[in-house]
Amino acid sequence: MSVTFCGLGLAHRVINGSGTFDVIAARTAFGRALDDEFPFAAYVSKTITLEPRPGNPPPRLWETPAGLINSIGLPNHGLEAYMRSDLPQLAGLTTRGSGAGGDDGRAQAPGRSERWPVPLITNVMGSTAEEFARLVEACQTRDEIAAIELNVSCPNVRTGLDIGADPGQLEQVVAQLRPRTRKPLIVKLTPNTADVASCAEAAQAGGADAVSLINTLRALALARSAAGTPGAAWLGGGTGGLSGPAVRAVALAQVAAVAARVNVPVIGMGGIETAAHARDLIDAGATLVAVGTASFRDPAAAARIADGLGERHSRSATGGDRGQRPRAIGVAGERAGEHEK
Amino acid sequence: MLAAAERWGGGEDERPYLPRAFSIARRAGAESHFLLEDVGPGSRRLCELQAGELVWALGPLGRGFRPPSPRRRALLVGGGAGIAPLAILQDELAGEITVMLGFRDASRAEGAALLDGAMVATDDGSAGHRGPVTDLLAAELERDPLAMVYACGPAPMLEAVRAMCAERSISAQLALEAPMACGFGGCFGCTVARRGGGYLRVCVEGPVIDAEDLDHVDPHAGAPA
Repeated sequence: MSVTFCGLGLAHRVINGSGTFDVIAARTAFGRALDDEFPFAAYVSKTITLEPRPGNPPPRLWETPAGLINSIGLPNHGLEAYMRSDLPQLAGLTTRGSGAGGDDGRAQAPGRSERWPVPLITNVMGSTAEEFARLVEACQTRDEIAAIELNVSCPNVRTGLDIGADPGQLEQVVAQLRPRTRKPLIVKLTPNTADVASCAEAAQAGGADAVSLINTLRALALARSAAGTPGAAWLGGGTGGLSGPAVRAVALAQVAAVAARVNVPVIGMGGIETAAHARDLIDAGATLVAVGTASFRDPAAAARIADGLGERHSRSATGGDRGQRPRAIGVAGERAGEHEK
Repeated sequence: MLAAAERWGGGEDERPYLPRAFSIARRAGAESHFLLEDVGPGSRRLCELQAGELVWALGPLGRGFRPPSPRRRALLVGGGAGIAPLAILQDELAGEITVMLGFRDASRAEGAALLDGAMVATDDGSAGHRGPVTDLLAAELERDPLAMVYACGPAPMLEAVRAMCAERSISAQLALEAPMACGFGGCFGCTVARRGGGYLRVCVEGPVIDAEDLDHVDPHAGAPA
């Protein structure tokens, strides 16, 4: 199975959500295995800003029922360092085809041995339209970058410019950026708005080639009495963004609402853990799906989901990928905790 | 990172969701040994594992302890379940080693048997020295100011070790923990403030971090358990 997205040929439909997979760090952890088994059909960078950002003070994570709240604060080395040092390391990624057909969808399936280029999508955020313009113009000059994603929605950072939540502002900003690049422009929509479909329409009217959603839902965790003032925010950045299976049903509703209103392709994401979840978003109108939080739990999650999508027609509705964590590689020995007592 | 392959989730507050980060306490052939304490829905589920149950595991990850310079004595300082990485460190280090371990009470101090020849301190004096393990460390540093310190344990203990070593200009390596989602540098969630500005990711720049790279160890640091 392969797919065309904004003129880019992709090995399959599964990419990463921005800021959820750091190729450079993962290469240190997994070595060549990462490049041999690269899980994503396109790679979306973390958000790049003009100036370097250290990110928010810790703590940055809070586990919730079926998910987590993060308040990371978009740490990055800034545009200049990204272009100089990160970009060469992110260019030239390849992945296997996902394989269609075949009883087990594994080694013998056609397309599995074929290698596909992994286009690089650079995600950028400016705090003003002028900053956005400088970021987009810089991306336009680099052949390694296949497409640009505009982060107009991250709820963690107090930019004072929540343009993604306001259709009027959003259309204006996208329209200002449109003439500055020939590369596909993807607008990442915020779910923290009254009417996400109107925002998607505005992005399309401004000249966006695609929209992606959902970003995280604004969320709050309060300090536990033992570790801070009761009632105070637990996370160093105050509020954070909720992701994981907890947001999946919200994502499905928003993707369906947006896909019904725009003609441009939609990248759907939010709580995907299995191929069945990805299929739901595709059925709701998404062309691609992005895996984010699930990669934290298992770096191979996206590859497993892509394989599951490829197998769809050769598996019964109840077979295959049922959401169990399949990479169990150890067996518990003596009763755990025994040494402690 | 560890998680039970089945029934991971659906515990207290519908957690756990994320895998949990642990140090390997010991390697024996193909086996990896871990030291677990039931302090929340994730560690509880892992403590309930029965022999033969499948475990999801990812690792080893991050940067571990570096050996001491030649002819320098290694002082291993641990507290509670944080003694785990000191056991494998003792297994792998040659040369002179002194081990000091702190626990709340005698029943928890049984874990000290994981290491050879450990001096023990307990909060209530029910085993070994009564008081913090840093009392023992202070005495050792008095005796051998050229020693190198290796520490893992609760954040307040690590902060006490850090401050004590900083005062005496002694090299210390601290194994930290932090709320962590992925363990391989992807989420940027497990950071600690670096001296001089910016942050270090505990998972890839740590978990072992030189004490001199920190202004302090946050007393509230800790993993979602």
